[in-house]
Amino acid sequence: MLRAKTWVSPTHRLLLALLTACMAAVLPACGQQQAASEPLVIYSSRNEQLIKPLLDQYARDTGQAIELVTGKEGPLLQRLRAEGEQSPADLLVTVDAGNLWKAADDGLLRPLDDATLNNNIPPHLRDPQGRWFGLSVRARTIAYASDRVQADALSTYAALAEPQWKGRLCLRTSKKVYNQSLVAMMIAAEGEDTAEAVVKGWVANLATDPFANDTAVLKAIAAGQCDVGIVNSYYFGRLEREQEALPVALFWPNQAEALGASRGVHVNVSGAGMTRAADQTDGAIALLQWLSSAEAQAEFAGENLEFPANPAVTPVAQVQAWGEFVPSLINVSTAGRLQADAVKLMERAGYR
Amino acid sequence: MRAETARAPGALLAIALIALPMSVALGAVLLGWLNLDAESAGYVWGTALPRVLPTTLILAVTVPALAVVIGVAAAWLVAVHEFPGRRLLEALLMIPLAIPAYLLATVYIGWLDYAGPIQTLMRETLGATAGLPAIRSTGGVAITLALALYPYVYLLARGAFASQGQRALEVGQSLGMSRWQGFWRIGLPLARPWIAGGLLLVMMETLADFGAVAAFNVDTLTVSIYQAWFALFSLPTALSLASVLVLVAALVALAERKTRQQRHYTATGQQARRIALHGRAAWCASLGLGTLVMIAALAPIAQLLAWAMQHAADFDTRYWAFASHSVSLSAMAVGLLLLGALALAGLQHRAGPVGRMLARTAQTGYAVPGAVLAVALFTPLAWLSNTLNSVTPESWAPILLHTSLATILLAYFTRFMTVASHPIEAGQLRITPALCDAARSLGLRGSRLWTTVHLPLLRPAILGAALLVFIDVMKELPMTLMTRPYGWDTLAVRVFEMTAEGEWERAAVPGIGIVLLGLLPVAWLMKHSDTAGARHAA
Repeated sequence: MLRAKTWVSPTHRLLLALLTACMAAVLPACGQQQAASEPLVIYSSRNEQLIKPLLDQYARDTGQAIELVTGKEGPLLQRLRAEGEQSPADLLVTVDAGNLWKAADDGLLRPLDDATLNNNIPPHLRDPQGRWFGLSVRARTIAYASDRVQADALSTYAALAEPQWKGRLCLRTSKKVYNQSLVAMMIAAEGEDTAEAVVKGWVANLATDPFANDTAVLKAIAAGQCDVGIVNSYYFGRLEREQEALPVALFWPNQAEALGASRGVHVNVSGAGMTRAADQTDGAIALLQWLSSAEAQAEFAGENLEFPANPAVTPVAQVQAWGEFVPSLINVSTAGRLQADAVKLMERAGYR
Repeated sequence: MRAETARAPGALLAIALIALPMSVALGAVLLGWLNLDAESAGYVWGTALPRVLPTTLILAVTVPALAVVIGVAAAWLVAVHEFPGRRLLEALLMIPLAIPAYLLATVYIGWLDYAGPIQTLMRETLGATAGLPAIRSTGGVAITLALALYPYVYLLARGAFASQGQRALEVGQSLGMSRWQGFWRIGLPLARPWIAGGLLLVMMETLADFGAVAAFNVDTLTVSIYQAWFALFSLPTALSLASVLVLVAALVALAERKTRQQRHYTATGQQARRIALHGRAAWCASLGLGTLVMIAALAPIAQLLAWAMQHAADFDTRYWAFASHSVSLSAMAVGLLLLGALALAGLQHRAGPVGRMLARTAQTGYAVPGAVLAVALFTPLAWLSNTLNSVTPESWAPILLHTSLATILLAYFTRFMTVASHPIEAGQLRITPALCDAARSLGLRGSRLWTTVHLPLLRPAILGAALLVFIDVMKELPMTLMTRPYGWDTLAVRVFEMTAEGEWERAAVPGIGIVLLGLLPVAWLMKHSDTAGARHAA
């Protein structure tokens, strides 16, 4: 047992070294940030590679220092809420209108009445009170197997609930906010009962359990597991770049004028608003204005094959090739307001 | 130890301090009950919960059960036997620990789903209707999680088998027991606390898992928690659901402890001599474990590498910073957690019943989904910081909260105390009271007794705990995302950036980084804790 004593020192040394490392790392981190001159702080759930290149460009051109903190929407909103007035965040960026609506509803964002922003972003893509502004448009549309389905067999989202599609439909999980917004907008346009009947029809037509992501839906269509699905157009764009002879095409549904309130492809936005706690209001507004300008818009949307929110800017060539469409003109904040109802409706309809 | 059960107020204080963050988080979770909004709560508790509860329970039982079968069988083979390739397999069997479960899930779904290469090949060769059973199912999740998590059981059980001494097995042989009976009636019972500790870790991680079940789109309690929070925007409802997870974890842990009481697991005699396997038995052992390692570790890593190569352009100089952040956060967390876990292990018998309860509380963090624990910690901290700031403006509180590593380290400390203390507590059970009595008779007391007798004997357990914590922190995502200061992006954060927009294959670039860095301590541990074999009995 006495020889055990010689074992003490390595273990001790390990612990000591680790503890020293702790202290060494915590302390400098405290001082480090203080030195920099008041950077603009951005909380973003739009992921880093889709936003950082633009922010870097802005920082280079204007000399404005920027700190970017990325994270998942829910925790990021809660962080902002918990930090309250002390929050270092000046801008909040998210990838769906639901979370922007929630942030505005909770009083975390500050209303802006800014002529440049109001000019650049159409009314249905921004908060009526100016608390947030859509910066890129994400279209959720129908994808179909171009070798097995004729485009003229397709018409609306609701028509995918018809019996001819039995065993031929693929969907992504109802837990994804994109599907929640789609159903929320359907509730807004057609009422809860009609929307529920449609969702039930979709569930009855499913070829397989819902997938975890849109790319899997597209791959299932390509592999022949199903013939139609509902996806965000940029996922199609990405797959199109990877596989040249992709036997899948996009269809823009709900284009007929007779559809009234239901007319138009379902769109969501990736957008931003100034936080209630913002210290650097001028800097935040200047950055928002720049992000909505023609100069930044092409890249903000193009980076992820989305559509620019500023109608004066044309999408990148690959996106233009998918053709023109009429988008739904219901204000995107509706998706946030009705999101909880949509979630419950989908649960009732058995859509997982 | 019996002589030393005198209570010490200092011990109670230290344990209370260690349990403080988890107690505060638990308080915040329970506070959810007071703020429930009737509509969301009614829906989640009435409609969603009844649907997800059966799946959750099935997984909470089958995953630990599968993990125990795999982990114990592998540990018994490598710790007590000798066969071709044993030393290599002993190390390789730990590798799945370094692969985050959600990445393993992505790899398996990529291979085995309808559009994947295996079913495509089957359709091409066997006809259009050929296929596999649905992989995106509860069974698929159970098998994936078991393959991802069995190393917790393996690591602990291997240590137990290797340290239980040869005398017990020899007595068994002299009584005419077969090798099989020796395992069931001596090896297994003597390793029980270790296996139970591993099983608890697996069960807690299964209950708290979100990444893997989300990849399979299988709904569990965790999914409902996030649904309530993110989709219904009702954090209180999410917290009230999370309290159920904590309760289940606490009950299971208590039950395990109750059945362990009144038993002794101390080791006698030297390290057992290995039993050499020959012929078919030897080949079965090598081949069986080799297949396991291939399916659970090598092939998935090869796939991740292949995906990473397709996106090699993503790999830039920033990755060195991501990797160094991952490693330094893991190393710091290991340091803090080992100190905490050793303090818990060394002091709780002197801290009275309240102290023991606090120690148990400190060990429930692992069962709470990371994002929930992160808000439950962050919200009170932010409140504290705001209050301090309103009392004394320009105080240091916001700086500590926003720009130091204090918050993130506290979060790791709270979540992974379970992981650090289970191996160490189990290790303590091997120390004979007689040894302590002897040391005491030589005049060793208190902390000197601890540092000269306990600590050296606990060395293997400490190393095991350090390894588990290091790798777990490296893989951790939700808490890192929410509590990291600016500029502290890690490899796991990069994985999130890719997967947030569904670029799973691109996530392999940082993913493979996590795996490789996780392998370093595995290799180090294997080098420094060979389960004897080399140390043959005299």
